[in-house]
Amino acid sequence: MVGNVFQVAQKLRNGSLIPSEVCSWCIRRSQLAKRLNVFITELPDYAQQLAEKSDERIALGKPLGLLDGIPIAVKDNYCTAGIKTSCASSMLENFYSPYNATVVQKVLDAGASVVGKTNMDEFAMGSGSLDSIYGPVRNPWSRVYARKRQMLTAVTSSAGVAIQQAQSGHGVSLSASQRIPDNYDDSYKSFSMEEDDWLIAGGSSGGSAVAVASGSCFGALSSDTGGSTRVPASYCGVVGYKPTYGLVSRHGLIPLVNSLDTPSMFTRCTDDAAAILATISGIDVMDSTTVQDCSVPFSLPDDASIEGLHIGIPEEYHAPGLSEETLDTWTWVADLFERAGAKVTRVSLPHTQYSIVCYSVLCVCEVASNMARYDGIEYGYRSEQALSTHALYADSRHTGFNDVVRGRILAGNYFLLKRNYDAYFVQAQKVRQLITADFRRAFDAGVDVLLTPTTLTVAPPYKEATQHDNRTMSAQEDVFTQPANMAGLPAVSVPVKLSSQSLPIGLQLMANNFEDKLLLTTAKWLEQQVQFNRLDLVEDSLGLGELVH
Amino acid sequence: MSLVLSRLGNTVKRLTSFSKLCKSKRVFASNEKSKVPQKPTWSHVEENKLTEETLIDNETIDHLERMSLVDFNNQAGIDRLNKAIRFADQLQLVNTTGVEPMDTVLENRSLYLRSDEVTDGNCQNDILQNATKVIEDYFVAPPGNIPLPDQERDYGPASAKKRK
Repeated sequence: MVGNVFQVAQKLRNGSLIPSEVCSWCIRRSQLAKRLNVFITELPDYAQQLAEKSDERIALGKPLGLLDGIPIAVKDNYCTAGIKTSCASSMLENFYSPYNATVVQKVLDAGASVVGKTNMDEFAMGSGSLDSIYGPVRNPWSRVYARKRQMLTAVTSSAGVAIQQAQSGHGVSLSASQRIPDNYDDSYKSFSMEEDDWLIAGGSSGGSAVAVASGSCFGALSSDTGGSTRVPASYCGVVGYKPTYGLVSRHGLIPLVNSLDTPSMFTRCTDDAAAILATISGIDVMDSTTVQDCSVPFSLPDDASIEGLHIGIPEEYHAPGLSEETLDTWTWVADLFERAGAKVTRVSLPHTQYSIVCYSVLCVCEVASNMARYDGIEYGYRSEQALSTHALYADSRHTGFNDVVRGRILAGNYFLLKRNYDAYFVQAQKVRQLITADFRRAFDAGVDVLLTPTTLTVAPPYKEATQHDNRTMSAQEDVFTQPANMAGLPAVSVPVKLSSQSLPIGLQLMANNFEDKLLLTTAKWLEQQVQFNRLDLVEDSLGLGELVH
Repeated sequence: MSLVLSRLGNTVKRLTSFSKLCKSKRVFASNEKSKVPQKPTWSHVEENKLTEETLIDNETIDHLERMSLVDFNNQAGIDRLNKAIRFADQLQLVNTTGVEPMDTVLENRSLYLRSDEVTDGNCQNDILQNATKVIEDYFVAPPGNIPLPDQERDYGPASAKKRK
């Protein structure tokens, strides 16, 4: 059995598993995956304590809900009472929130075990999970990729011995039938990969994505402002789901861009995404932008059907730089829908090309405003500077923020200058209206779900990704994802297939606001059709999946 | 001439498609008929339609740094802002006549407002625990109302910057 929340919950109910076993298993996985730099704060003891309470509840036949006893990871930009919340920044390296974010409180109230706080780009500014003071997150598929390449090289140089070595030399093979060895960590090092020869996880929620992909938890809370969940989901071969803006409370999520930030999640499958949404959504008096919608909570039908469904293919989503393999996958899946009886039509969202430009302005403007709170006095890094209040502010902020954060603050304040305000900020807000109107027109014309690529390419190697600065990179990585944030739409990235280099290719589905059930049902249908092989494949003695590439 | 070239291109494309058809009927049928566009659809941004490129001057640099309370650090930081501005200039190409600016996606819904009552408190210690420097029940700051000192900074030849 490959575990997902529903399957594990069932085993917990019938007594064939207990929560503390599941928790130990996840903690072991997180230790094996340490080299991937997934967690900023690991919480094995805390998680185990929570799991033991679940043990008791479930033994009494009184579970709190579906998530009782399920290990969950939390991105380090959600406030957690008594547990460090750093946002991967020197500024908050010693910050201990006095309260829990609403979503954190909700998963705790549902009985979930929080296994750790995950790594990310500093203040969620980035799309690679490379800009963290704790170092970059590595993509768990790097090994598969490197091994595949090594094998291909071996084949072309007709050195059969090399293939054998590649297959058996370090204990992990491409075969899905072998277990991961105890010396996983050593084998990672001894494997002939250069130190910087690995693939990026995508960001900014890369830690949460890899936590799920590596089996360190069953679901992970993340945030999505311009693609921070869907991009890493696509690169790491997991489901990444951004709900409709307003369904989930942002209270306690350290703000990046308030009008775009959406609490989001990574899961192993779409059913689990619906389950986590059911737990964390709902109106919150602490967040006036939450709305009550009768469409949630919901669970997905067993046999997801696409009968009568109208799939729109936005023609502007063939952007320059789209890889051939991603294009082929997009084409293949569009045909898959059509052959299965869905109505598939091409639609036009004419302002798509300007969406990433619009995003680049709105994002930095709200960032400039949000970052004004960090002055080193009430919380956060405080420099030794004592000359004046302003000198203290400036020095604390200079040391506390990285280049990217400082650059965005400066750019935001530039666009907000009186002389630039209308030409940039207000103009961007107008373009945002047009982008939203494009979507509305498509949905009004009868389109149910839009199908697009999630990213231009598969996960790029670290060496390649670091050739561009953070700004240029975001403009490339978020090109297909940030329009959904502009309009508040629910969107999900579903892993579809592996590329010729054995790397996951994800596709994105978007639906109209509050059509989350329709979106995830369609995603589930796709998931059932493509049967994507995740990393956690092989059954171990607990009846759970072991990480095998 | 370009018309000829484009016709030639189409012919070549047709020939390629034909050879594809001969090799693999399925691939041909799938891709050519697909609703997914097989060629990039973005229009080329013509630089000459944009206003002249902004290169921020020293006065603006100084102003932004004082306002933001962070500095550019080096010439690369200034170059990045110049590039960010150039990128944003593309917004000029969008006709927004008569379009209302959009603040939030919820602007057409009435949002819940709670009554204006105090619902929490008695958390002084919780609040103070994150401050590096406190005296009794107070946050501590150095003397205020002192402007940032003028500094001499040189961000490189392209934008030598001296504060008086």
